[in-house]
Amino acid sequence: MKKKTAGDLVFEVFNYTLMVILAVVTLYPFLHVLAVSLNDPYDTVKGGITIFPRKFTLINYIETLNYPQIPWAVLITVLRTVIGTAVGVLSTAMVAYVINRKDFIARKPVAIMFIITMYVGGGLIPDYMLVRGLGLMNNFLVYILPGLISPFNVIVIKSYMEGIPPDLEESAMIDGANDFLIFWKIILPLCAPVIATISLFIAVGHWNSWFDTYLYCSSEPKLTTLQYELQKILSNATASSQVDYYSNLDPNRTMKVTPHSLRMAMTIIVTLPILLVYPFIQRYFIHGMTIGAVKS
Amino acid sequence: MNSAKLSKKLWRQRYLILMIFPFIIWLIIFRYVPLWGWIMAFQDYKPGRPIWNQEWVGFKWFVEMFQDPDFYKAMRNTLIMSFMGLVFGFPLPIILALLLNEIKNIAFKRTVQTISYLPHFVSWVVVASLVSEILSPSGVINQILQKLHLTNYPIMFMAEPRYFWWIVTFSDIWKELGWNTIIYLAAITSINPELYEAATVDGAGRFRKMISITLPGIMPTVIVLLILSIGNIINIGFEKQFLLRTAATRDVADVIDLYILTYGIGTGRYSFGTAAGVFKSVVSLVLLVFANWFSKKTTGYRMM
Repeated sequence: MKKKTAGDLVFEVFNYTLMVILAVVTLYPFLHVLAVSLNDPYDTVKGGITIFPRKFTLINYIETLNYPQIPWAVLITVLRTVIGTAVGVLSTAMVAYVINRKDFIARKPVAIMFIITMYVGGGLIPDYMLVRGLGLMNNFLVYILPGLISPFNVIVIKSYMEGIPPDLEESAMIDGANDFLIFWKIILPLCAPVIATISLFIAVGHWNSWFDTYLYCSSEPKLTTLQYELQKILSNATASSQVDYYSNLDPNRTMKVTPHSLRMAMTIIVTLPILLVYPFIQRYFIHGMTIGAVKS
Repeated sequence: MNSAKLSKKLWRQRYLILMIFPFIIWLIIFRYVPLWGWIMAFQDYKPGRPIWNQEWVGFKWFVEMFQDPDFYKAMRNTLIMSFMGLVFGFPLPIILALLLNEIKNIAFKRTVQTISYLPHFVSWVVVASLVSEILSPSGVINQILQKLHLTNYPIMFMAEPRYFWWIVTFSDIWKELGWNTIIYLAAITSINPELYEAATVDGAGRFRKMISITLPGIMPTVIVLLILSIGNIINIGFEKQFLLRTAATRDVADVIDLYILTYGIGTGRYSFGTAAGVFKSVVSLVLLVFANWFSKKTTGYRMM
């Protein structure tokens, strides 16, 4: 072991300090909002809450979940995430498999058709008019169909499939399996790591999306999502008029909580699932990102 | 290939064809039909009539757009926020990756990385909520400023137009800094370890090795990503601007996509909005092609 020079030591101290600061700056906003959401709303008004609640209570959460839209929004968000991810991942993998089959008759044109869409798109208005024209306004399918497949994800899965030896498919074909069975029984299980990564990305995308609700489903209260409900609270909180959106619905409700504490509780509710699954999934995505990075 | 052979091949691949067919239909409907909508930009689109039965107006909407002061405002805001994002947001992940690489305590390094990736996974709605909380008159930033006697009264960060671009830029850095290091850390692992050994023999310190070996080692990745982000300068999106803006900051928050949203869908001027969208797509395509050409010329690396 070589002795450390003075310069190395200074650098090391500087480096570790900087990393600690970065971690604190990243975590502080989450911990602060969590503390406020768990603190008595009228005590919060006095100020001075940092990362620990001063007067612990669950009233903000109870009140938030009591608004009629919120349980619906939870249901729709969960449904959209589960269905959207399952259908999306399966479709993406299927397209990747067919494009990856060297003997497939229309391999090149189909691949090119997908890749072109990475560079040109209709844009906001033509997309909006298409959705309206197809009757997908205020329709749950608008959450699933328009964004079903991303060509980038197809490329990531395809590049993983390239590493699977073709002998496996050939021997299965001799045993009489058809192409779909080979995909389902052999290729898909072998792609488990990359499928896990892409599922995570698609699921996070569904969970976090709010703009499609804003654009296509805002007039149907039973189809709004959690992120959209938070966005509504947020845009009311930052509006100069300072009108509290939820207090307009039921004036008696705001006696127990403040709009501010309500917003903090809502922010945590929207973030919670990600915070909960994050520790378990984070080893997958680094791997997945590296595959994507090498190829793109 | 004669037709008998072709039909035999088609029959043999019937499952593959069946598997891809629904997605070709999907692709045509959801990705190619909207392209057809571009012709609306050259028409005076009136709802209720088919697209082939509309009045043609040529470049009328483009002319109108180029005469609109709001369009220039949106263009200015887009370019300024893109540029600020590049100047402040681009070098930081590189620096962070270099510093992370120098941390030898694996457990500590993993912890810092895990924490730094986290904001990438929350939505912009949540980030906007966190940012407005931290920057509120009673928020932590105002508390610190007051403790340090840099200001005597709380600053209304979210309502002051002159802070808006900085808020957007730093929120973006806060959200994506850690995530953007992944690609550089991957590039660092592919550097030949013999280079470090040779440098150690030559008496180079830790900092010296970082500057003289690691940094040049990831340079190709840096250049490719830089060129790519220059190609995307007009595509900064609108989410952060939409969610962080207030009534007082609209003038500095409106970017091209918000302009399209406001004038296209908000007021029902579909043709005008489409024209603005076509303009944006054309500029972005030109920038991408240029970036690709430039990348090939300078690094020999082609992205498209």
